Amino acid sequence: MSALIEAKDLVKLYRMGDETVHALDGVNFTIPKGEYCAIVGPSGSGKSTLMNILGGLDTPTEGRIVIAGNDIGEMNDDDLALFRNETVGFVFQSFNLLPRLTALENVELPMIYGGVLPKERHERAAELLHRVGLGERMGHRPTQLSGGQQQRVAIARALSGKPALLLADEPTGALDTNTGTEILGLFNQLNQEGATVVLVTHDHDVARATRRTIEMRDGKIVADHPNNRETRHDAYV
Amino acid sequence: MMRTSDLVASAGRALRANPMRSALTALGVIIGVASVVAMVALGSGAQAQVERSIASLGSNLLIVVPGSQRGGGGVRMQAGGGQGWDTLTLDDAAAIAQLEGVAVVAPSQRARTQVVANGLNWNPQVEGVTPGYLTARDWEISQGRMFDDTEERQARRVVVLGNTVAEELFPNMEPVGQSVRMNGGAYEVIGVLESKGQSGFGMDQDDIVLAPLTTVKRRISGRRGRGDSVSQISVKAESEDVLNRLQEDVENLLRQRHRTREGEDDFTVQNLSSITETAAQTTQVFTYLLGGISAVSLLVGGIGIMNIMLVSVTERTREIGLRKALGARQSDILHQFGLEAVTLSVAGGIIGLVIGVAGAWGMTTLFNLPLVVSPLNAGLAIAFSGVVGVVFGAYPAWRAARLDPIEALRRE
Repeated sequence: MSALIEAKDLVKLYRMGDETVHALDGVNFTIPKGEYCAIVGPSGSGKSTLMNILGGLDTPTEGRIVIAGNDIGEMNDDDLALFRNETVGFVFQSFNLLPRLTALENVELPMIYGGVLPKERHERAAELLHRVGLGERMGHRPTQLSGGQQQRVAIARALSGKPALLLADEPTGALDTNTGTEILGLFNQLNQEGATVVLVTHDHDVARATRRTIEMRDGKIVADHPNNRETRHDAYV
Repeated sequence: MMRTSDLVASAGRALRANPMRSALTALGVIIGVASVVAMVALGSGAQAQVERSIASLGSNLLIVVPGSQRGGGGVRMQAGGGQGWDTLTLDDAAAIAQLEGVAVVAPSQRARTQVVANGLNWNPQVEGVTPGYLTARDWEISQGRMFDDTEERQARRVVVLGNTVAEELFPNMEPVGQSVRMNGGAYEVIGVLESKGQSGFGMDQDDIVLAPLTTVKRRISGRRGRGDSVSQISVKAESEDVLNRLQEDVENLLRQRHRTREGEDDFTVQNLSSITETAAQTTQVFTYLLGGISAVSLLVGGIGIMNIMLVSVTERTREIGLRKALGARQSDILHQFGLEAVTLSVAGGIIGLVIGVAGAWGMTTLFNLPLVVSPLNAGLAIAFSGVVGVVFGAYPAWRAARLDPIEALRRE
C-alpha cells in the first residue's frame, strides 16, 4: 500500500496574546491508502489542529505534510480550496447541512463548486444518497430528517467529490449510541469499499471501531498502534 | 470554479430566503432611482416646455423695444408707454427693413382697453400690428382671415381675436362675423388666432386682440400712441445663421439714426434664441440640482444594501465556513455575495425606474409639462443602480470571502 498522507516534523504555533502555543509540536506519521484510522486525544491535544491541516483548512508553521501528492504548506488559497473540493470529504459533528436545501441539493453543493454540470450532479447525488440508505428521502430538508439521517446526508456529501480522504470530526458526537454505531458501521463499509477514512475523536470507544489509533497529547503523538480484531468494540464491527 | 448559472441560482435562492428583508433593502434603491428618474424627467420636461414656449414667440426673431436694458441681466418683454419710451418710430422699422438678411419687419403698438361683446367684457392686450406680424411671430389663423395691407392702411375697424379672448367673449358662438366694441367704437371680428398657450414667462399669449396698426394708433391708443412712435418692432431674420449679425446691424443702424453711442442706447434688441439658450441653461442647472438631490437618496439606498449585506454575512458565517470547507474559493464567495447585492440594487433600479416614470408622468400631467424620458436616462438609472450594488456590496462580500473557514465553522 502506498502512502496517502506523509507528515514530517509538523509544527503549528498559535499566538495567544503574549504566549506562543504549540498546537502541534513535531508530529510524524504516515497513513497508507485504504487506511481506517482514528486520531484520539483530549481537547487541547492538537487533534483538531491536525485535522484542519489534513483537511486543507489550515497550513503548518513548520514541517511538511503531503496528502495525495499535495504539499499543504506550499499551497495558496485557491489551491487549498481546490484541494478541499477534490481530495477531501468532510464530515462534521454537527452535520453542517444547509437548512434551506433538500438532502439532494446538500449533496450537490461541493459539486457546484467543482463546476460539475447539473444533470451529472443530480445523478451522482441521487446515487450517493441511495448508497447511504436515503434513496427515499432525497427531497427532504434537514429539519425533516433524524440526526442519523442528517449525518448520512453529510457523508454522502463528503463522498460527492470522490475524495482520496474521508475526514470525520467527531461524527458520532451529536448522535445517540445506536445511531452512532450505525454511522461507524457505514464508515467501516465505505472503508471496505476502498475509502481512506480518518476519524478525529476524543472517545476511545469510537477509536476502537477503527483499525488504527493515533493518540495525541499536548501537540505530540504519544501512541500509534493498530486495533486488533479482538480489542475492536464488537458493536462497531 | 463555480458555473455562472449556479452563481445566479445561489444568489436568487439566498434573496428569496428572506423575501421581506430583500424587499425592504431594495426599497431604498427603488426610492432613490425613482426619485432620480422622476426629478430628471420633470426637469427635462420643464426645460422642453421653456424651449417650446420661447420658440412659440417666433423663430429667428429679434424684438426691438424702446429703452435701454441696464446691467445686461434682466430681459424686459413689455416696454411701452411712459416718458422716454417712444423712441422707436415707424421710420426706424422702415430702415431696418432695408438691412440684409431681414425677412419681415413688423412694427406694433400695444394698448390696453376694455373689449365688450354680447354683454360680456374682457380686458386683453390690444396690439396694433401690420399683416407681417403673423409671419414674424410664426402665428397662424385658425378661423377667418387676417386683415391685409389695404385694410391696415385704411385704418379699417377690423380685429383678429386671440383664442382666449374669443372663448371669453363668444363662449357659445362663432366669433367670426360678430362685432366687438372697444373705446366706444364697433369693430368687426374677421378672424381668430391659433392658440399658442403660455409664454415662457407665464403670460397667456392668447389673451390678445390684433387690430390694424393705424386703427390702434388713431382710435384706441391714448395720446402717447399717436404720431410715429411704436412700442415694438419685430424683426424676423431669413435664417438663424444671420441672426446674431443682424442683431448687431440693427443696433448699429438705430444708434446711427438715434445718434446715440454704445452704452447709451435708448432701445434694446432682444435676441430670442439667446433668451432661449439662457432659459434652457437655467432649467438644465435646475434639472441637475433636482437629480443631484435625489441621487443622495440613492446613496442612502446603497448604504442600506451594505448594512443588510453585512448583517447577512454575520448571520451566515457558519454557512460561509461550510462552503469554503467544501471547496468554495474566495472568489466564489466574493461573487456570490457581490451578486446578491447587485441583484438587489438592479432589481430595485428596474422597479424604481418604472415607478419614477409613472411618477414623472403624474407630475408632468399635473403641471401640464411634456413628459421627457430618454432611453439614455433610463439606461443610466439602471447602470447607476448596478454601480451602487457593486460599490456597496463589495465590502460585505470581501468580508465574507476573507472569513477564516475554521473560525467560521466554529461559530454557532
